[in-house]
Amino acid sequence: MAGASACGGAGCGPHCSSSSSGAGAEGDAPAERMGRLSIAAGASTTTCGKCDGGGAVVAVSGGAGMCGECFRAYLFGKFKLAVTSNAMVRPTDAVLLAFSGGPASRVALQFIHEMQSKAIQSWETSNSQALPAFGVGVAFVDESALLARPEHESEMATEDIKSIVSSLSPGHKKVHVAPLEDVFSSGSEDKAATLKEVVGMINDETGRDDFIRCLLMLSLQKIALENGYTKIMLGTCASGIARHVLSATVKGQGYSLPADVQYVDTRWDVPVVLPLHDCLAQELSLLCELDSLKTQQLLDRPCSGINSLVASFVSRLRDENPSREHTILRTAQKLKPFSFNMFSANGYHDFLPSRLRPKFQNVDTNDTTFSEILCLICGSPFSESELQNLENTKHKAQRKIDMYTAHCCQSCHFQILPAATDMYEHFFSLLPKFWTEKVDTAVTASANHGSLRDQIEDYLLEEDDDEN
Amino acid sequence: MGSSVGEGAKLQPSRAGSRLCVRCGERKAALKRPKTLEQICRECFYVVFEDEIHQTIANNSLFKAGDRVAIGASGGKDSTVLAYVLSELNRRYNYGLDLFLLSVDEGITGYRDDSLETVKRNEIQYGLPLKIVSYKDLYGWTMDDIVKAIGLKNNCTFCGVFRRQALDRGAALLKADKIVTGHNADDIAETVLLNILRGDIARLSRCTFITTGEDGPIPRCKPFKYTYEKEIVMYAYFKKLDYFSTECIYSPNAYRGFAREFIKDLERMRPRAILDIIKSGENFRISTTTRMPEQGTCERCGYISSQKLCKACVLLDGLNRGLPKLGIGRTKVGAGAERNTSSLQGKHGNFDF
Repeated sequence: MAGASACGGAGCGPHCSSSSSGAGAEGDAPAERMGRLSIAAGASTTTCGKCDGGGAVVAVSGGAGMCGECFRAYLFGKFKLAVTSNAMVRPTDAVLLAFSGGPASRVALQFIHEMQSKAIQSWETSNSQALPAFGVGVAFVDESALLARPEHESEMATEDIKSIVSSLSPGHKKVHVAPLEDVFSSGSEDKAATLKEVVGMINDETGRDDFIRCLLMLSLQKIALENGYTKIMLGTCASGIARHVLSATVKGQGYSLPADVQYVDTRWDVPVVLPLHDCLAQELSLLCELDSLKTQQLLDRPCSGINSLVASFVSRLRDENPSREHTILRTAQKLKPFSFNMFSANGYHDFLPSRLRPKFQNVDTNDTTFSEILCLICGSPFSESELQNLENTKHKAQRKIDMYTAHCCQSCHFQILPAATDMYEHFFSLLPKFWTEKVDTAVTASANHGSLRDQIEDYLLEEDDDEN
Repeated sequence: MGSSVGEGAKLQPSRAGSRLCVRCGERKAALKRPKTLEQICRECFYVVFEDEIHQTIANNSLFKAGDRVAIGASGGKDSTVLAYVLSELNRRYNYGLDLFLLSVDEGITGYRDDSLETVKRNEIQYGLPLKIVSYKDLYGWTMDDIVKAIGLKNNCTFCGVFRRQALDRGAALLKADKIVTGHNADDIAETVLLNILRGDIARLSRCTFITTGEDGPIPRCKPFKYTYEKEIVMYAYFKKLDYFSTECIYSPNAYRGFAREFIKDLERMRPRAILDIIKSGENFRISTTTRMPEQGTCERCGYISSQKLCKACVLLDGLNRGLPKLGIGRTKVGAGAERNTSSLQGKHGNFDF
């Protein structure tokens, strides 16, 4: 289906995937594939415009034709700029790279490896050895339980991934392979069955797709927390972000949209960073071909429902105008990000060279918590109407279920919660405790705070405006 | 908006004859409501359709008693249904409005003459006085002349800009307090998407406003903001309203546009998506400083303008000086003027209402 090739063959990030550059495409001649990529067409000359090497143009950007070397440098430059100018990785960080097996995350893996290698070299040759090199680990979340794939395929894919990672040296990178169902802390019960049951309770096709993405993020968080990682790096690229802009718009999530399209996302226990933010899927696919970077897409799950429709739409737009994805991105960048879209812990930016620190001066505060209420399933910050609904529910609610429901954003409420309200209880009981416990804590905290206030209300001179 | 019946769940297709209306439970269901997929009878459809529009008008305080309101009437289904429903609601709920039909004659032979005949019939059928303003009178050029001069590439841009001013001038002649247009939910959803695709953040922040131009001469509003195009067609069909349904002869052939196709596909998959796009548009976190360009007036004609000369004067200049590309595309020299004529044009050619 058209959705499969929408990413131009590059699965953007750990959860969005396309299977068009799987086994079938390997038979195509590289030149033919490049011919299909509009970024290579329209070069005004056939030799590189950036260097003196006179190499053949493989890609065009901003009107300038680039040879393979320059193209790689161009992409790596974007990656590195994103990492440094957003202070994504500190020397003390342990970075967990989310690896889906697709071209985008493969490039992310390659580039972070190169940055790590340089850091290791610097450290080894430095006299003081004051700046250690950051650590890198790789996570792959196995969705086989939902794909009904034969077990040997899953094993093959896993082995492949391990061999890809182990071929990168220096810098040993641990590979963490976790089945998606591990997010359910069911204990002795069959987690895969729980996963299938809860997904089966979702009637809406798009809702199922999005729900699985939420579980994927949770899975990454879990792996990171359990193994001491301090950052999660996603391979989400510009094309994936452009698609997200449109699909969020179409789902009524215009308010929360900016939260997911920035370089940095600290909503989660382990902050998430997107260094391929400005690279197009086509560019990343091309680099994998040029450099023979191995990808593994046996276990790809194509997006479905509205997400698939959006993918086809963006694909048609891209065919008509290759820079359309960038324009969509630019529009999204003009929307106001949230407070959690930057690192604001006190002293976070101390590791930066002094010339870069001024940029972050007004950001470092003592306040490490943010005030937005987040959807319990997808993490979207609540809009005013959702907050109002939550407030109303707080005053009326007798049952926990009502509080859980009120902590779901309107989109999750519509497309993820079961159609029949009498199924809510069961549905919420199956959800990862990680999610529902957060609401339990918030509710208890709020009740405690309220009861404290009751005791001293007569002595308060000012209105307490900390409603949320 | 509507019950949750059918939303998200897949209804088994069943013949209308075998089911009762889910609203009244008395009459046979005659149709599936495009907005909610509820199976209802005709009478209940009229009720929910008209009621939702009344709620939109009331909740947004679109009018006050005594307002003279000019209904932009093209003779097409949106404006015909608008005229019909507005005069009906005006009567039923005593809005106290003085309603007029205001029509623009772009001078397109074989198309506009026919649709104007429709509006003239509406004048009689609905008992609403009609005023027609023409491009010929206002600008000295008909669309036929313009197309002869510049061809079919940017003609929609000219027409859109000229029509907007023509409506304002006609409304001023009528001493109207407000203009209403038939822009429906599908139009607004399409505009939101197009503005995202074009990177036009300023327009994106304004395009979901139900009333615009409040600081200008005559504000205009869109009572059909939440009304689905399909339901307007359905209403016109069942009520056997008289309207003109051919596409403008100068619009690109077989033109649907990527965005409109996409919205149609979306609607099929999830009817409420159209309203969801509008809701997103209303909720985008856009800083207010980016919203409004500075309001001034045109040096030449006095019309409202953010530049020295209003767009209509710039375009007219181009026509009169034989420079058809003047005012088309971006102001950068050599920029792809072609871009503006791509599939990113809306149904009406430009994106300002």
